[in-house]
Amino acid sequence: MSEIEPVRNESGIEIDPVYAPEGGELPGEFPFTRGIHKLMYRKRPWTMRQYAGFGTPEETNKRFHYLLENGQTGLNVAFDLPTQVGLDSDDEMARGEVGRVGMSVDTLKDFEIAFDGIDLEKITVSLTINGAAPALMAMYFALAEKRGFDLKRLRGTAQNDILKEFIGRGTWIYPVEPSIRLVTDTIEFCAQQVPLYSPVSVCGYHIRESGANPVQEMAYAFCIAKAYVDRVLQRGLSIDDFASRLSFNFNVHGNLFEQVSKFRAGRRLWAKIVRDEYGADNPKSMWMRMIAGGGGGGLTIEQPENNIVRGAYYALISALSGTQTMALCSYDEAYTIPTEKAARISLRTMQILIEEMGLCDTVDPLGGSHFIESMTDRMEEEIRAVMKDVDEQGGIVEAIAGGHIQNAVSLQAYGRFREMENGKVRKVGVNCHRVEEEEPKIEFHPFREEDCRTQIARLEKVRRERDSAAVKKATRSISLDAGKGRNVMPAILEAVKSYATVGEITGSLVDVFGRYKEPIRF
Amino acid sequence: MSGKPLRVLISKPGLDGHDVGARIVARSLMNAGFEVIYTGLRKSAREIATTSRDEDVDVIGMSMLAGSHIPFCTDFAGIRVEFGIADRTWLLGGNIPKRDEGELRKLGVDGIFPTGSSLESIAEFIRRKKS
Repeated sequence: MSEIEPVRNESGIEIDPVYAPEGGELPGEFPFTRGIHKLMYRKRPWTMRQYAGFGTPEETNKRFHYLLENGQTGLNVAFDLPTQVGLDSDDEMARGEVGRVGMSVDTLKDFEIAFDGIDLEKITVSLTINGAAPALMAMYFALAEKRGFDLKRLRGTAQNDILKEFIGRGTWIYPVEPSIRLVTDTIEFCAQQVPLYSPVSVCGYHIRESGANPVQEMAYAFCIAKAYVDRVLQRGLSIDDFASRLSFNFNVHGNLFEQVSKFRAGRRLWAKIVRDEYGADNPKSMWMRMIAGGGGGGLTIEQPENNIVRGAYYALISALSGTQTMALCSYDEAYTIPTEKAARISLRTMQILIEEMGLCDTVDPLGGSHFIESMTDRMEEEIRAVMKDVDEQGGIVEAIAGGHIQNAVSLQAYGRFREMENGKVRKVGVNCHRVEEEEPKIEFHPFREEDCRTQIARLEKVRRERDSAAVKKATRSISLDAGKGRNVMPAILEAVKSYATVGEITGSLVDVFGRYKEPIRF
Repeated sequence: MSGKPLRVLISKPGLDGHDVGARIVARSLMNAGFEVIYTGLRKSAREIATTSRDEDVDVIGMSMLAGSHIPFCTDFAGIRVEFGIADRTWLLGGNIPKRDEGELRKLGVDGIFPTGSSLESIAEFIRRKKS
């Protein structure tokens, strides 16, 4: 045990990195119920990665530095809605939305500003981008190359899970099939060119936010992950070429014990799926790596300070569940972009668990509890059953394209809301323990109208100064490759280097793929 | 109220993709006896006005959670006059801070139902307004 320092509690008793009965399952061993690593946080705490971004790249850069100075260990970038749906800042549909819920990005120039002074080799960056992911990932790679980083050593994550966007969150652009094909292109490209980068973070999170229960959250996420895996395998890659770079994003709101069991069950089940159904040999391919800690749906607009407490429990759940990365929702997020202070409270919440509460001392501290072990087994069975159901009904892609999953979770959200209205489901501050109050005094993060003008001015300047012939050539190549079924990532990388805009890159793909038409059901 | 059910449009203006609330409200109004049309995501002010006019709705509902309600509603206030639908009841729901309510009412919004409003209060408001 020379890898780690001994730890004693205040009473002087030494704490082992793991406790297990003779012959019992250990963390770091298949099926990884107890954790993907042998020593987990004893070796290194989870990565702290608060979701952040607003206004211009300059302002976002300031927030990034603020978070890092306060001890954050990774970045998680929020983009504004025009960027997320592939529109330039001066698009008519972008009016009033530029820099509103995230950072505005039009070209590589914006990335150069946003990541100024940040060591991309030391700080891993997660891009919360889906519909427009190929362009934004390419920008990140181009930026790294420009700064002299070797793509073979570059780490980071893109959310890039388009299938869940059709269920919840809604930043789709292209129809379902070409959308999946783009995800496949990015996974294939990364496996070959950026092998340590995580090209997809499959999100149960937003499916849960849309109304799915915890079992469905895991089941749908695994079905979606399998859909991507199947497509990549069809390209001729082997499972061990890319599966170790897949990751997940899950929600934590709800019952503490159910949540911890959910993650343990999920880890075990995903390992079995990847080993037994796909024949992986590399244990890393079987790891369900994840980000957890957020649970916006669990926070309330009423008595918002209670959300600080909820955030602390969500962080505790995530730590007890062996997450790799943690991001908490800040207490004011039902109202506004988190203020500096709110973001720091979230960060401190995690730091208190690490520094004061002993959450890093021993792996899977709830393992072995009769309750947790039994619930873990039951959750695994139930997740499997829902996955089987989806398969029998024609598979996840069809269920999403036809709007069936959307309809099912939406119905469930309605039922849940009614139960909250009639008091069957209890929510503190909402239907019990209420206080009658005026709107609480929340400090609002300021939205600055002038940011939009700054952003558009910069976009116009980039357009004037770039080599427009090179841009035209590059965007034409994107359309051409898209039409011919070639991987579009090399052409997109060329395009972003010539300072093509997010809107132009998206447009060159829309020309070939068309746009998604939402099945309207409720 | 005549025997004909009231027609309500539930729309998702702008780029905001949060549709859980819109769908819940749409379903609850349908269950309460209204005829409900849901637009789906990402509709411009003109698209919403066009649907409202073509479908001849009595109520135009908007669900907005991403903070762009003031610029959007400012645009819509002009467009609804242009489309001759300024007489329709205009409702707004979602993440709408109290401090914006005055300005929204000045633009012509009749009812504001921020997150946490009861479903019954929305139905009740429409019935009262249209009786």
